[in-house]
Amino acid sequence: MTTATASGRTAAGAEATAPPASSKRKPMKSPYPTWFFIPAGVFYVVLFLVPTLASFYFALTRWTLFDVEFIGLDNFVRFFQEPQLVTGFVNTFIYAFLTSGAKVVLGLLLGVFLSSQIIARGFLRATIFFPVLVSTIGVGILFKVLMDPFGGPINESLAVIGIEGPAWLTDPSIALLSVALVDIWKGVGLATLIYIAGMVAIPQEYYEAAKVDGAGAWNNFRHITLPLLRPATVTVVLLSLIGGLRSFDLIWAMTGGGPGFTSDVLASVIYKQYQAGFFGLSTAGNVVLFIVVAAIVFPLSWWLNRKGDDR
Amino acid sequence: MVPGPTRRSIVALGAGGLALSLALAGCSAGDSGSADGEVELTFLVDNGEATVGTAEALAEAFTAENPDITIEVETRPQGADGDNVVKTRLSTGEMADLFQYNSGSLLQALNPDQTLVNLADQEYVDKFDENFVKSVSTENGVYGVPMGQSMAGAVLYNKDIYAELGLEIPTTWDEFIANAEAVKEAGTAAPIVQTYGDTWTSQLFVLGDFNNVLAEDPDWAEKYTNNEAKYVDEPAFAGFEHLQEAFEKDLFNEDFASALYADGVSMVATGEGAHYPMLTFAASQLATTNPEAADVVGTFPLPGDDPESNGLTVWMPTNTIYVPKSTEGEKLEAAQQFLEFLTTPEACDIQAESNAPQGPFVVEGCELPEDVPAMVSDLQPYFDEGKTNLALEFLSPIKGPALEQITVAVGSGITSADEGAAQYDEDVKKQAQQLGLEGW
Repeated sequence: MTTATASGRTAAGAEATAPPASSKRKPMKSPYPTWFFIPAGVFYVVLFLVPTLASFYFALTRWTLFDVEFIGLDNFVRFFQEPQLVTGFVNTFIYAFLTSGAKVVLGLLLGVFLSSQIIARGFLRATIFFPVLVSTIGVGILFKVLMDPFGGPINESLAVIGIEGPAWLTDPSIALLSVALVDIWKGVGLATLIYIAGMVAIPQEYYEAAKVDGAGAWNNFRHITLPLLRPATVTVVLLSLIGGLRSFDLIWAMTGGGPGFTSDVLASVIYKQYQAGFFGLSTAGNVVLFIVVAAIVFPLSWWLNRKGDDR
Repeated sequence: MVPGPTRRSIVALGAGGLALSLALAGCSAGDSGSADGEVELTFLVDNGEATVGTAEALAEAFTAENPDITIEVETRPQGADGDNVVKTRLSTGEMADLFQYNSGSLLQALNPDQTLVNLADQEYVDKFDENFVKSVSTENGVYGVPMGQSMAGAVLYNKDIYAELGLEIPTTWDEFIANAEAVKEAGTAAPIVQTYGDTWTSQLFVLGDFNNVLAEDPDWAEKYTNNEAKYVDEPAFAGFEHLQEAFEKDLFNEDFASALYADGVSMVATGEGAHYPMLTFAASQLATTNPEAADVVGTFPLPGDDPESNGLTVWMPTNTIYVPKSTEGEKLEAAQQFLEFLTTPEACDIQAESNAPQGPFVVEGCELPEDVPAMVSDLQPYFDEGKTNLALEFLSPIKGPALEQITVAVGSGITSADEGAAQYDEDVKKQAQQLGLEGW
């Protein structure tokens, strides 16, 4: 699955920078002889194909790493009976759609802002992109300290202006939202970057023509920038949605799925099963995650890209 | 937006990572370090300050006696992440020559018969406490040597607060709650300290109550293993119920949701908190952070309904040393020598010195020093009177992995005690099936 989405990404990314040409791509005949592909092919088969197929088999077994016992679909039955699974599913969707939506909106606004003629534009661009480069676990641990309800800098600062900050990570009703907030902060830089790239690729002629027609700033944005940014939007939506559905590291570093099970997502449920030594069960969970991500992202990708081609 | 590769690792972990580590397992033969009779052993321990300190002190003393053998201490994370490291390294044949791990049910999850060297024919096994042998054995063998002492899961309390308020050590749950209410009334300290920033600390209300469970039903552990006794039913349900009651009566410290284990120990030591249900290995934490409070923090058993059966729930040494089957030849011989050294009174003295004792030793001939902290000396009467029972994890191979999250949820008022106990019974089912037990 990873490779399929990865190739989807590059295709969408390429469209983002290329002008929306109407020419159809022709299948090119490969200039390389077949044996050229063997080294990469071997890598691909050993490191991706074999483990993927093996995981489909192990999902049907009770597996201790030492023994394998075939138990049919029991793992899937058990997986769906997990008490935290319902929470996990709901949380996964909340988290994915929330972060994805926020990154689209904020990324677009910041992209417009940072591609206009402003002072210190390069510096501002670098600043917004910086969190993307920092280790996710590092960010998680940092924000865990910042968001500590007792003596954490965020609530201390809020107290100065007379606001009593919430228990960001320990209040079951907002723990997941707090993590999502940090995820947005960390990820919005990449969305912004993609939008800036998309905006730079829009030919200036359109704006000049619109100016002749007497269009204002709003009309420029609404009728030129926004429609021509569609490929960039598609990329941002797909990337952040896939990331959101599979999100794990930040949640694990900040709450560990807690308090209790209230901020568990699919991936953390699976991870905990793996930790507990339920290897067959957690492999089944990964197969489920694979299917869920594929079931959402493939139709969405097809729909978003088809609309793009119609134009 | 996502930096792709890190997110991708989740799926890779499930599928690729395993196959990869299996593939790499074959390439580890021919380690270095056997030139002219000298043997170098690796020794994997958890990264707890106390564990590392003790391991290094023991290694040093051993090398002083056996100059040919050097032992290099390696560390791993604690908790579930550490379990992962141990399981993965064992199953891939990449384990260090000696390693420290838990005894009891966690050991069973390692499949000791297949992965560990059987020590049953060693002479020193006869010197071990019977309960300890039980906790490191399967039907086919004995696998571990203790490092450190046994301990109790009990209530740590601040003696100054008790003296000031004129409270007496409670022998029933109702008396305990009454004491806690009295502390709340006085208003100077948190009646009961909970520290859910470290989730594992939330389990004590349930795990430490096991003496009371056995008092009501001596065969409970066996029935539990055979899928006949459940946590949703009394007497075991009491642990969950007590946790809920303590939360509902608002007896916890204000920052219970984010406080850490170290905070909890300090709170009892400084009088910010009155009670803290905890394992007595907290003695080493206390010695590190609040050495001045060694005589202030005392211990009493987590009380149940019946004052007659009031007694301690006891844990065998959690730091137990094992030898994996991947250790062979002269390394195995050297490792055996080290294990034998661990059972000598000399090694016990080193353990007691390098790390605050947490309870009585389980090896014959090993004595605690005179000046142990009150937390530990308070335990002795219960041991002397035989008012102790082993914790469930030493009597049954089943321990559900999600207990700490479930008890956090019950203790934070997110789920009710009924719901929590039912969730735990389900959680346990997975473990039993994974272990291939009959009747599940």
